[in-house]
Amino acid sequence: MGAFLRDPSVLVEALRTLFLGWGLSPGLTTLLLYVLGGLVLATGPMLWVIFLIWFERKAVARFQDRLGPNRVGKFGLLQPFADVLKLLTKEDIIPAGVDPILYWAAPILSVAGVLLLWPAVPLGLGIGGNINVGVLYLIAAGTVGTFAIFLAGWSSNNKYALLGAMRTVAQLVSYEVPMVLILLIPVLLARSMNMQDIVRAQDVWFIVYVPLAALIFLIVSIAEIGRTPFDLLEAESEIIAGFHTEYSGMKFAMFFAGEFLHAFTIGILTAVFFLGGWRGPGAETYPVLGILYLWLKGFLVYFVVVWMRATHPRIRIDHLLNFSWKFLTPLALVLLVVAALLDKVVVDLGTWPRALAHLVSHGVVLAVTLQIVRAWARRLPRPVVSEPRPVARPQPQPQPTGTGD
Amino acid sequence: MIPLGAYLMVSAALFVIGAFGALARKSAVAILIGLELMFNAALLNAVAFWRYLHPQGFDGTVFAIVILAVAAAEVAVGLALFIAVYRRFGTAEADEIALLRG
Amino acid sequence: MVAYWIFALVSLLMVLAALVAVTNRNLVRATMGLVLVLFGNAVLFVLLEAYFLAVAQVIIYIGAIAILIVFAIMLTRHVGDAWGPAFHRAWAWAVVVAGGLAVGLLFWIAHWPAADGKAKSPVDPQYTKLLGKALVAPDGYVIPFEVASALLLAALIGAIYVAWGGRRVKGPYPQRSEEKEA
Repeated sequence: MGAFLRDPSVLVEALRTLFLGWGLSPGLTTLLLYVLGGLVLATGPMLWVIFLIWFERKAVARFQDRLGPNRVGKFGLLQPFADVLKLLTKEDIIPAGVDPILYWAAPILSVAGVLLLWPAVPLGLGIGGNINVGVLYLIAAGTVGTFAIFLAGWSSNNKYALLGAMRTVAQLVSYEVPMVLILLIPVLLARSMNMQDIVRAQDVWFIVYVPLAALIFLIVSIAEIGRTPFDLLEAESEIIAGFHTEYSGMKFAMFFAGEFLHAFTIGILTAVFFLGGWRGPGAETYPVLGILYLWLKGFLVYFVVVWMRATHPRIRIDHLLNFSWKFLTPLALVLLVVAALLDKVVVDLGTWPRALAHLVSHGVVLAVTLQIVRAWARRLPRPVVSEPRPVARPQPQPQPTGTGD
Repeated sequence: MIPLGAYLMVSAALFVIGAFGALARKSAVAILIGLELMFNAALLNAVAFWRYLHPQGFDGTVFAIVILAVAAAEVAVGLALFIAVYRRFGTAEADEIALLRG
Repeated sequence: MVAYWIFALVSLLMVLAALVAVTNRNLVRATMGLVLVLFGNAVLFVLLEAYFLAVAQVIIYIGAIAILIVFAIMLTRHVGDAWGPAFHRAWAWAVVVAGGLAVGLLFWIAHWPAADGKAKSPVDPQYTKLLGKALVAPDGYVIPFEVASALLLAALIGAIYVAWGGRRVKGPYPQRSEEKEA
């Protein structure tokens, strides 16, 4: 047990000797271990979603001054199981005129697109992702989710779903640009695209170096998963339920689970890039402890995401696109250039001076940005509040002529 | 290890199918899709040659990167043209746009 | 052994998807065929140990090019609908050209001595890092790299100019020209 806590790879070795003892060939054993690892990595997060659903419903309920689910099990903890049972027993409605293959593929791709992100995540020292081009892999895996949502909207044979799909493509493509630019900053600071190296480089968390980048990453990530305030893909007041209008039963549940897991994954990724990943007291000696730290940090960011969901109204589609192209992208570009130039100068100064230099540069960039935004906002025409505006009032109904006695 | 010829076969198949698509399809977008298939075949060839004949050098990969850039540029301009043509003619079927036929 | 199976499966899938991409009259389905081919290509790159290119392939081709094609289909009404023949009248000539090309390529591959060759040496584990340095080294590939960047910039500006049509479109969304003229 102690050996496992110190070095989790003994578990793999024990399994390998077990399989070899059964008389399997070494190649098959390796394949089997890979499959097992993949299963664990896919099943773990999916089971965690059950808790996330309960947590989010409970948290949002508290934000809205409600109690939330509290009937099934202690504190309503078994509510997600009841929901799943209900969804499983629902009739599986397939509308007329759908594109059969793509209609079925979309929910599966939507979950797969999230699970594909996990192999790159370093869970602890020597555990989890160790991909050489890890950050690029993340971006590549993110495209699967875009296609899942687009396919769902297009194959449903429903105009509202198609509108949701078009919004998806516009929104996700727009927000991918600042996301990639911002992800380059931790890569630059760690001098590596390997996420394990990025975590190892954070003797001081990168959020201390580049707080603005962390903030932009969080905002852009929320837009990438299409959550409130960026949930225009499924804005129920405008386009019914957007891309998943025509999905019911378990297929809807897959979109739902995928979205929740994606939100948590965003938390984990923010933790990896900016909050020191699995680092914490004792995480080097006991790598398993690192998983716990990572989970806690990820959960903290996830709570912030839920918080934003509960407290922000949805923004308008043109505001959404303008915000990405006219504000986030230039800002991310400036931050990237500043970080690159500054880091060349201060890289040899030691950890804290380097961090402080980056922090000061971000303060300057923030001040300049605020000045520019303020100057720009003053030049906008002010909305006239005193003039009377046309009001929708009922047309005078023609009075009935007879007195009707 | 898989022989180099197997990769070349796949690449050739993709190239031929892409060429057929680019030559035979009506819609401008479909022609573009055929062109992309041909680009991909070339890309696969470049990488396979790099891996099998000269894995220490950079020529093959740099060539592949340049192909990627050219393909991106080609699609951007191609789709812009497609949208411009669609605005002008109200159709994007390549054989119906016949201004130069006289 | 596993690599052989993956290769066989993926290449078969790629060829089938390519056939869907060029024959399906529904443009969105054709694009999905293209996406499968692009994805298969990335898998083949992994088999060839070109990890950076595999990921770049997915990002650029699937994340940008395929999405752009989808976007263009959606921006234009009726283009995505599946009606009318998929091929124009002279498609038989295309078959002739493609068939000739296929025969020539097969002949060449079958008669080329290096085609059944094995890789000469393994790939350096640090290859991606070295590639990055070579791309911007003055005695390396900085000129092709910069020319490619300039090409992309030129294409970007050109695409905006062409698609814009040189006039300001009134209102937030562009309308079809014949509707405005009517």
